[in-house]
Amino acid sequence: MTRPEDRSASRAAWAFVTPGLALIAVFFAIPVVGAFLLSFTDFDIYSIGDPANTRFIGLGNYRTLFTTPLFWTALKNTAYYVAVGGPLSVAVSLAAAIAVNAKAVRWKPFFRSAFFAPWVTSLVAVSLVWRYVYHPQYGPLNAMLGAVGIGPIDWLGNPRWAMPAIILVSVWKNFGYNMLVFLAGLQTIPEELYEAADLDGAGGWRRFRHVTLPMLGPTLVFVGIVTMIAAFQIFSEPYVMTQGGPLKSTLTLMLFMYEQGFRWWRLGFAAAVAVVLFLLTLVGTMVQLRLRRERTA
Amino acid sequence: MRRKLQSAALHALLLVAAVLAASPLLWMLSASFMRQGEANASPPPLLPHAPTLENYRALFTSQSLGRYFANSVIIAVGGTLLGVLITAMAGYAFAKLRFRGRDPLFRVLLAGMVVPGQVAMLPMFLELRQLGLINTLFGAMIPVLAPIYGVFLVRQYALSIPDDLLDAARLDGAGELRIFRSVVLPTIAPVLVTLGVFTFLSAWNDFMWPLIVLSDDARYTLPVALANLAGEHVQDVELMMAGAVVTVLPVFLSFLFLQRYYIQGIMAGSVKG
Repeated sequence: MTRPEDRSASRAAWAFVTPGLALIAVFFAIPVVGAFLLSFTDFDIYSIGDPANTRFIGLGNYRTLFTTPLFWTALKNTAYYVAVGGPLSVAVSLAAAIAVNAKAVRWKPFFRSAFFAPWVTSLVAVSLVWRYVYHPQYGPLNAMLGAVGIGPIDWLGNPRWAMPAIILVSVWKNFGYNMLVFLAGLQTIPEELYEAADLDGAGGWRRFRHVTLPMLGPTLVFVGIVTMIAAFQIFSEPYVMTQGGPLKSTLTLMLFMYEQGFRWWRLGFAAAVAVVLFLLTLVGTMVQLRLRRERTA
Repeated sequence: MRRKLQSAALHALLLVAAVLAASPLLWMLSASFMRQGEANASPPPLLPHAPTLENYRALFTSQSLGRYFANSVIIAVGGTLLGVLITAMAGYAFAKLRFRGRDPLFRVLLAGMVVPGQVAMLPMFLELRQLGLINTLFGAMIPVLAPIYGVFLVRQYALSIPDDLLDAARLDGAGELRIFRSVVLPTIAPVLVTLGVFTFLSAWNDFMWPLIVLSDDARYTLPVALANLAGEHVQDVELMMAGAVVTVLPVFLSFLFLQRYYIQGIMAGSVKG
């Protein structure tokens, strides 16, 4: 037997959660389920005109996807970006955090803000800036390299250099965020551990190797996986800087999905790409959970 | 002596790194004041020869940047206000109000955080088309209206509200809405500010979803308009840099004034993992 005030409290509770839950259901849960369903259909431009033109084709899209060379190119490029850009970004963040956190460093808040600032900027805006930085003829980067006798390199026009150039932009823009996460982690390491290491006569590298790294382990795993998952979703940098070129060398999974879905209106086919992204993310998350469990066990 | 030398070297290194990190943004600002064609020189000029506001004038007159700016403001401010309110209500209810299925429901939400937003984009586009929301500013703000991580963030914070405080208010005869307004909101205000700052940032900078949902030129947000402009005016570096400055400036100023919310928000929220 519920008391009347309980019932009214529960009614109030539902009134509080309903707007949020309704939005999440309509604009997230249903579309996610929809993406799976869509990926089993031949939904294309004719279906947009009249949904009755849609047929269920089972795994047809996946069969087509796996025999489309461009998909493998996009997957390969994305894997390159994740495998090189992810660790590089984490390493730069960690180095910056350790440097800023050093006891001798003054103006810590200044350096912290200076390194974090690029993170708040619009990717489209800074991609345009970097497009100019990389300009083969007038770009500042080639001017600097030219001064020491290197180059000129056509950064965004050369299939070999375009992806590294994009990785550099991403690292520059994002390292400040993970730097802050690492700074928070570093501050939880007790000072006594470093003092003990000093007594043992440990130098900088050994302090890092035997105190900082083990104590930062959990944060490092967390940052690494989150960075990797985010890296799978890269879209704006290649869209603005290279449109996936040259020779498709910067075509990423999300750019491929966007082009198939919203340029050619092959939404069923593009949904199969979305499902691949989901599976990749799921694997990444499971690895993270596994690592975390091993740590606590 | 060695200590001092090391410290000086470390400071020099940090300073060089800070200058390098800031240089693309500083150069963007500098080039935005250059005359047309001035930046296309070898070696590239660091400062404008005779600073001009010509690019900004051109953007706001012939490129109607004012309209895109207004669109971005409406989407970012509207999305933030609505989003924070909706998220605050849900987060509070999950933390402090009892209703059937609360905990299982919350676990389902948490599991949903694994799914990247892009997975939902194709069906969401079709859905918005059915609802007549394609090409509307409301359609563009949808991703920030009820972020699951926001609900999670508010719930964690709201858990610390003492039940006695709420019960006392109820005994005084206050309705649930009144309690929410005058007891809960002031208590969870700090987390709402943090949430608001990050929501504004992601709504302002979002690119992929507005690009998909806004097809009519008059509805473009700044990033979409800028990407479009960059496709049409490949050679007009100075003009594009001015556009980039206008796009970056509002979030940059918000960062300068609200630094501690950004920095504390990240440093406090993430370590728990």
